[in-house]
Amino acid sequence: MNLTLHIWRQGGPDQPGRMVRYDVKDVNEHSSFLEMLDVLNQQLIEKGDDPIAFDHDCREGICGSCGFVINGEAHGPLPKTTVCQLHMRHFKSGDTLHLEPWRSRAFPVLKDLMVNRSAFDRIIQAGGYISVSTGSAPEANLTPIPKPLADRAFEAAECIGCGACVAQCPNGAANLFTGAKVAHLNLLPQGQAERETRAVGMVEQMEQEGFGSCSNFAECEAVCPKGISIDNIARMNRDYLKAKLQGVNRLVVVGA
Amino acid sequence: MAWFTDFSKAAIGKKAVMAVSGIILFGFVLVHMIGNLHLYEGPGHLDEYGQFLRHMGAPALPPNGALWIARLVLLSAVVLHIWSAWQVTLMNRAARPTDYTYRPQVHTTYAARTMRWGGAIILLFVIYHLLHFTTGTVHPSFEEGAVYHNVVAGFSVWWVSLFYIVAQLALGLHLYHGVWSLFQSLGWSHPRFNLWRNGLAQAFAWIVTLGNISFPIAVLTGLVR
Ligand code: HEM
Ligand code: FES
Repeated sequence: MNLTLHIWRQGGPDQPGRMVRYDVKDVNEHSSFLEMLDVLNQQLIEKGDDPIAFDHDCREGICGSCGFVINGEAHGPLPKTTVCQLHMRHFKSGDTLHLEPWRSRAFPVLKDLMVNRSAFDRIIQAGGYISVSTGSAPEANLTPIPKPLADRAFEAAECIGCGACVAQCPNGAANLFTGAKVAHLNLLPQGQAERETRAVGMVEQMEQEGFGSCSNFAECEAVCPKGISIDNIARMNRDYLKAKLQGVNRLVVVGA
Repeated sequence: MAWFTDFSKAAIGKKAVMAVSGIILFGFVLVHMIGNLHLYEGPGHLDEYGQFLRHMGAPALPPNGALWIARLVLLSAVVLHIWSAWQVTLMNRAARPTDYTYRPQVHTTYAARTMRWGGAIILLFVIYHLLHFTTGTVHPSFEEGAVYHNVVAGFSVWWVSLFYIVAQLALGLHLYHGVWSLFQSLGWSHPRFNLWRNGLAQAFAWIVTLGNISFPIAVLTGLVR
């Protein structure tokens, strides 16, 4: 199969970027999208050109490293699929594809299709953990957790932090990511001690990073490779508003 | 005041302000529409209803007292609603400084995407509506207290009626996304009733919109004269 690609090329964080056209011939339909780019990069290297930079690690859809926008859709057209798990058989010969990095003030472009997602790490640092004294692991069945709660917490914990939600949101909001991370711990008994400070800390850190606000478009849910539900955003909103009404303030401010 | 500043500092706080002011305005548009159904009972009843509104709360309150309290609450709700909408809009613009070159695929509803334009149309409509039926400034033959006459004469101008109808359709879309959305914004989410939220939002939007649209149509078709 033959494809026409238009790819965002940008030399570095402070350099201007532009879309560059590449005509790719004889693409193997069994290759993944990233393998297709690997082949293109090999050809670029052989010609002495700069290969296209993109993030990737596991290539199994579980680490959250990969991701860019294909024809206006984060991770491409296949629902619940990361770009590393998207195979070329889902495209037709002759297709024209536009590849762009996640666009957000909080995710500055590092190079080509690669963005800096440290803002997500700082949101986690602001409360996305539970504080326990270290020592030997506690007995696993010590804390009973009702099955429906365990299921909902697990569904929230599926978030791999890829950033597709921010990329697709017309407002560049990170509420699905932060909502999933807040809800995951706030649903569980182990998360209760820090429930309020977690919600306030993570929400206010998200704000500080320069993400937009949620208009309840649900664009994020539609492109999330893990199918994280926007119910998690409602859970975060409830915990945040409750904590604020009780006058809870954040404990840590994570510097940018 | 310091409390309010802190509460509404983050966008989630602003959206709570938007949702609560929206609930007040919902209550208003529903009651307003139901009250106007007196139009179908003839001149006496509608004018009497107008009288009743002016004398609500008597003798504890002076004439127009309750009416002015309601107006102040509504005005505060409108101010807070527009203020929060404006703030989050600025924030959202700033959050995506570089646009995609390829237009992003849309998965959301038409109603959700038109909240800003719809809101602006509603605001223009509200200003016109007050000048039309409350002060009579832009009305061809306004008579204080003659509510039935004012409505029939007002809607007999076809383009005025058309503007009312368009504005009510915009309101309907705003109500549809608004009702659904406020549950999300206030965190009122539960697997037991989440499936009902969409139906509730649609029913509410249809009832208010169809009720309101029926008035100009009734006058234009001569059903009410
Ligand atoms: C007066 C002119 C109005 C303007 C300029 C306006 C503007 C807006 C905007 C821009 C939004 C979406 C903001 C966002 O999340 O991005 C919104 C949401 C909303 N509006 Fe309005 N609106 C107006 C009138 C009304 C009226 C009359 C009602 C109710 C009868 C109403 C109820 C709501 C509700 C409930 C929401 C959703 C809040 C949420 O997401 O939780 N609005 N409005
Ligand atoms: S590379 Fe790990 S999820 Fe795609």
